[in-house]
Amino acid sequence: MTRIKKLEMIGITKTFGNVIANRDINLQVEAGEILGLLGENGAGKTTLMNIVYGLYRPDSGAIKINGKPVSLSSPAHAMAQGIGMVHQHFKLIQNHTVLENIALGYKDAPFLFPTRKVAHDLRRLQENYGLEINPDVYVWQLSAGEQQRVEILKALFRGADLLILDEPTSVLTPQEAQGLFRTLSRLASEGHSVIFISHKLDEVLSICNRVTVLRHGQVVGTKDTAGVDKRELARMMVGREILFDLKRKDVKKGGVVLEVQGLHVNNDRGLTSVSDVSFDIKAGEIFGIAGVSGNGQQELVEALTGLRPIDSGQILVNGRDISRASPYTINAMGVSHIPEERIKFGTAPSLAIFENAVLKQHGNRAFSGRLFLDFASIKEHAKRIVSNFKVRTPSIDVPVRTLSGGNIQKLILGREISGKPSLLIASHPTYGLDVGATQYIRSQILQLREKSVAVLLISEDLEELVELCDRIAVMFKGKIMGIVAREDLNLEHIGLMMTGSHARSACEAGK
Amino acid sequence: MNWRVKVERRVSYPRFFPTVVLLFSLLGGFVLIGLLFLISHVNPLFALWKIFSGSFGSLYGITETITKAIPLILIGSGLALVFRAKFWNIGAEGQLLIGAIFAGYVALNLGPKLPFYVIVPLMFVAGFIGGALWALPTVILKLRLNVNEVISTLMLNYIAAELLNFLITGPWKGKTQMGFPYTDDFPHSAVLSVVPGTRIHLVTLCLALLFAFALFIMVYYTRFGYELRVTGDNPDAARYAGIDFMKVTLIMMIISGGVAGIAGVGEVAGIHHHLSYPSSISSGYGYTAIIVAWLAKLNPLLTILSGLFFAGIVVGGDAIQVSLGLPAATVQIFNGILLFSLIMGDYFLNHRVKLVVREAP
Repeated sequence: MTRIKKLEMIGITKTFGNVIANRDINLQVEAGEILGLLGENGAGKTTLMNIVYGLYRPDSGAIKINGKPVSLSSPAHAMAQGIGMVHQHFKLIQNHTVLENIALGYKDAPFLFPTRKVAHDLRRLQENYGLEINPDVYVWQLSAGEQQRVEILKALFRGADLLILDEPTSVLTPQEAQGLFRTLSRLASEGHSVIFISHKLDEVLSICNRVTVLRHGQVVGTKDTAGVDKRELARMMVGREILFDLKRKDVKKGGVVLEVQGLHVNNDRGLTSVSDVSFDIKAGEIFGIAGVSGNGQQELVEALTGLRPIDSGQILVNGRDISRASPYTINAMGVSHIPEERIKFGTAPSLAIFENAVLKQHGNRAFSGRLFLDFASIKEHAKRIVSNFKVRTPSIDVPVRTLSGGNIQKLILGREISGKPSLLIASHPTYGLDVGATQYIRSQILQLREKSVAVLLISEDLEELVELCDRIAVMFKGKIMGIVAREDLNLEHIGLMMTGSHARSACEAGK
Repeated sequence: MNWRVKVERRVSYPRFFPTVVLLFSLLGGFVLIGLLFLISHVNPLFALWKIFSGSFGSLYGITETITKAIPLILIGSGLALVFRAKFWNIGAEGQLLIGAIFAGYVALNLGPKLPFYVIVPLMFVAGFIGGALWALPTVILKLRLNVNEVISTLMLNYIAAELLNFLITGPWKGKTQMGFPYTDDFPHSAVLSVVPGTRIHLVTLCLALLFAFALFIMVYYTRFGYELRVTGDNPDAARYAGIDFMKVTLIMMIISGGVAGIAGVGEVAGIHHHLSYPSSISSGYGYTAIIVAWLAKLNPLLTILSGLFFAGIVVGGDAIQVSLGLPAATVQIFNGILLFSLIMGDYFLNHRVKLVVREAP
């Protein structure tokens, strides 16, 4: 099989019903090159890449590999041509192990005991690209970041020459992202091509050779990254100027809202995954938790919101013990929660927007009597959220699954904030959102702080934590390695703590 | 020129679209059934005409259709409820039989001593409790041990049927039945009155319509219905929202089993007036009702229509057995094919399939 030296897309147009997702798009990527693909949600990036990957067929236009037109009719076909894709929402089978996921559908796997041969080859590949992961654990036990590594391995394992990554860094820490970038650079230097879909302008500028910007399904322009800056790219992408500096007012802190003492939580495997964690958050304070994903953040949040039983320790909200309370009770006590995977947890996709607008609050007096729901007030409430939080939708009667990721997140945020919480727990609230939506969500979180709400912000985006938080705790292997106040912030310290150094030694190393 | 089939997910569709798809899948089902008739050397149009004239073409046919629709509507509306929460109760057949057994106990033991206005409500309450009790082990197994409810409900059907067989041939065998495996006939106070000249037992018919309506209101307008729909659509979101899965499952299965039990009461107290073989009490209503619920798009109110429709097929199926000499299984094949085409229809509801023709590049 000849390797992909050059892939061209010429005049690609794709429509869904009346919606034009891609219009007359030209794009090319060559071996050894990392091409950035920038654009807001709904700009048509994912559709375009699904065309390259054979999931969709274009209405018109041609795809050429090494100058020869090809017709990519299915992902299997695209894979055979050397095209691999890592989707934003992982396509892994949760109940299978890493190894089984990689062996699944692999055409050279033997019929009997397919995983044996794969195990051997996989180990070599892992060593080659430095993608560490235990092949025998089940996918459901992995964090989002680890699952992504499996996806990359899966594509490489199938001999992908052209690797398409859809928002790959949205779940990674700086260190992990750096590791990914090294992998990508190594791939490029070995003659692979990479298409890197992202909203993060800094990343695109730092690792891509060229960048193509999409807006409303059309190409706005293609630039060498050497010749552009962040501001210009943002303008191309959004079509207007973007303010990067959020106003962070001085806020007087109130009393302690959340108090966690000596918390121990087990994970699904029954192993300790949160170990002796203690902290508190005051009203009007944003408390951040940084750390590589899979270090207990998810279990911590689940324990705080009542989704996971705690092993020992105590959780107090406004002085009341919620250590063993149900999610419903905890919510009723003024704790709102923006879940990590908004599509998986945050909404019921086939139900209408107005029905989703009261999820978790559907039992409140305002929306429901003892038996019957009060649809008039529910719809009123939904309309208020949609207009206050700029959710773009034709009406509140359509199913939530017709909304884009950014709009779903605005709906969830609106719903959670409208409950007038005293504590908001936000897990990766801007994961995978475009610049506009991200800035919007962040500014809303800052506004909550001004309204004396206590905020617990779990994020793997250090930039976001630094921008918003009053204090940042770093978690590593279930422990808090240190808590750093905004005034003493030093990214290098935090990076060191994320890999397991204690606060004091990290400070010393920093000096 | 080359052509290919293009499949895409449908994100949204016009309001009337589900109805159109439904009609087309029914049409497709009938075409398939027609092919089967052709294979048996029967003119399909004639056979279909026979079926529907048998069930809807005469006053007698219509009253028989309504009679058979009663259990289908009752069970179907209960199944619409649990299916909406993606809980697959395949055990309505067994729940019906246990309802019948409970009613039989009440009728045979208390019937002679009490007047009808006490005994009839008592039978229905007992039937509801019986059906609900038979649904409970499944719920407990599911919640405690994560046992698949399809298996457990299905297996309980056999146990219920054998329990009934045991009772009618053993301890409850009637002394007045000349050796037949029936219980004694119910006393007069425990026999439901019918519309004169028909077999339509009015009380159960009213209960069926009442439940269809009440469960419709429950699904779409109550807090419980909301929790049930969220649970069915996304169990993770339901958990996140603090919805108690145990409570939702328990309540809906009590209702679903209970209404199936009521259907059993109607059959024995309204038609047979004693307990007899499982297959003569039910003739597979618990299974047919699965298709009834599906055709109604899991809307309890619409099970009134789909229940009548399938009752018509059952009645008409009996008619063609006699007049065309087709095997008794014809109706079951008929129902199976219709369920199949309805489920296929759901695929086309959610996916757009297009034939694309274009010039070769």
